[in-house]
Amino acid sequence: MNLLASEGSTQVLGVPLDELILGLVAFFVVFGALAKFALPGIRKALDERTAAIEGGISRAEAREAEATAMYEQYQSQLAEARAEAAQIRAAAQAEKQAIIEEARTEASAAAAAVTARADAAIEAERASTVASLRREVGSLAVSLAGKVVGESLEDDARARATVDRFIADLEAQANGAARS
Amino acid sequence: MSGELTAVAAEGGCHLSVGDCGFPAPGSEIFFFDEVARWTILNTEISVTKPMILLWISAIVVIAVFVAAFRKAKVVPKGLQNVAEYGYLFVRDGIARDTIGKEGDRFVPLLFAFFFFIWMNNLMGIIPFAQFPVTSKFAIPVAFATIIYLAWVPLGIKRQGLGPFLKSMTMPPDVPKLMYVLLIPIEILSNFIVRPFTHSVRLFANMFAGHMLIATFSIAAWYLFPTDLISDPDALSFLGLLGSAASTVVTIALTGFEFGIQALQAYVFTLLAAVYLNDSVNAH
Repeated sequence: MNLLASEGSTQVLGVPLDELILGLVAFFVVFGALAKFALPGIRKALDERTAAIEGGISRAEAREAEATAMYEQYQSQLAEARAEAAQIRAAAQAEKQAIIEEARTEASAAAAAVTARADAAIEAERASTVASLRREVGSLAVSLAGKVVGESLEDDARARATVDRFIADLEAQANGAARS
Repeated sequence: MSGELTAVAAEGGCHLSVGDCGFPAPGSEIFFFDEVARWTILNTEISVTKPMILLWISAIVVIAVFVAAFRKAKVVPKGLQNVAEYGYLFVRDGIARDTIGKEGDRFVPLLFAFFFFIWMNNLMGIIPFAQFPVTSKFAIPVAFATIIYLAWVPLGIKRQGLGPFLKSMTMPPDVPKLMYVLLIPIEILSNFIVRPFTHSVRLFANMFAGHMLIATFSIAAWYLFPTDLISDPDALSFLGLLGSAASTVVTIALTGFEFGIQALQAYVFTLLAAVYLNDSVNAH
């Protein structure tokens, strides 16, 4: 079949059968070897890479969502804590006010009690002083009157009544003067 | 490539300045090599020549590189896998998915094998000592284009049914009815008859022309150089030296240019393969 070569021809567009066959066989050997031994490997590697990249992306997305959720949770917790703190402050303020009020009330009550006791004591003192004065002034006046009259009136009940009446009159006079 | 010819030129003392025999311009003979061996397998005579050896070296290199890179591919790529993976993603995303869409992934192994095997065969054109693009042997692109043709035509019939497939391939929508009289023959011709031919010729012709250019300029660099400069000072020729130097620079520049063309043609061939497969998978 190799007409061209056997005739020593140099016809470049000739297609010798042996060259054609060798070309076909060589191509199919290359194609078969690559398709069987080379290309499945790279195909698998590329698929795995795609999967790995996609997996990485989805993982990153999941993590981002998680982080966002956590951030929101923290935000809400923070807001809650702030509100709570404000509430506690307000309560403490109110309590303080109440305590101050109470202390003030108690103090004024105690002061009032002390004043009342002092007043009562003063009153009692005055009453006992008045009583003892009345007694002494009466006896003094009687003894003085007895000396003036010349007879002893000291143990006389009448004399005592007279003196009492006199003092009562004096008191009434004094009271009337104070009132008018 | 030109190694043999330059040797011939040197033996014949064929230089511009010494016993000039005229510029030995390379012809199509530089694409034909002596037989290394001849095997008969299943009544078919296989002529073992340099291009066929390079074809199998390319096959082994492509298989070795990608099996080494991908057999134990890691999720986190390292070293060779990094580079090879770039190639894989280029074919998968840049060719298969872009052209065919969702179903493109099914054709990635086929397109991947085409792209890198063709590229390696093209690269043989500038690899030192190989220096012959295997795809400049027309039989090789023909073999590749045939595979694609025998893939997309049956696939289209299977996926769409014979009638709808032929309709989608020969009757472009939104065209006045009368135009079909003209269009259907043209579409049949362009899609079913010319398509595999252009698919293979595009690759072959680019590689053929590139190799011819590099051969021409490297032979010129040798031919213009005055070899007897030391033994025979009369041979000194500034014009020859200048021409030789210029040809050398052009040869190097063309080698760089070819490096780009080789990758580009491998890409174009694979992209067109994807476009044809898309015709079968997605009816328009």
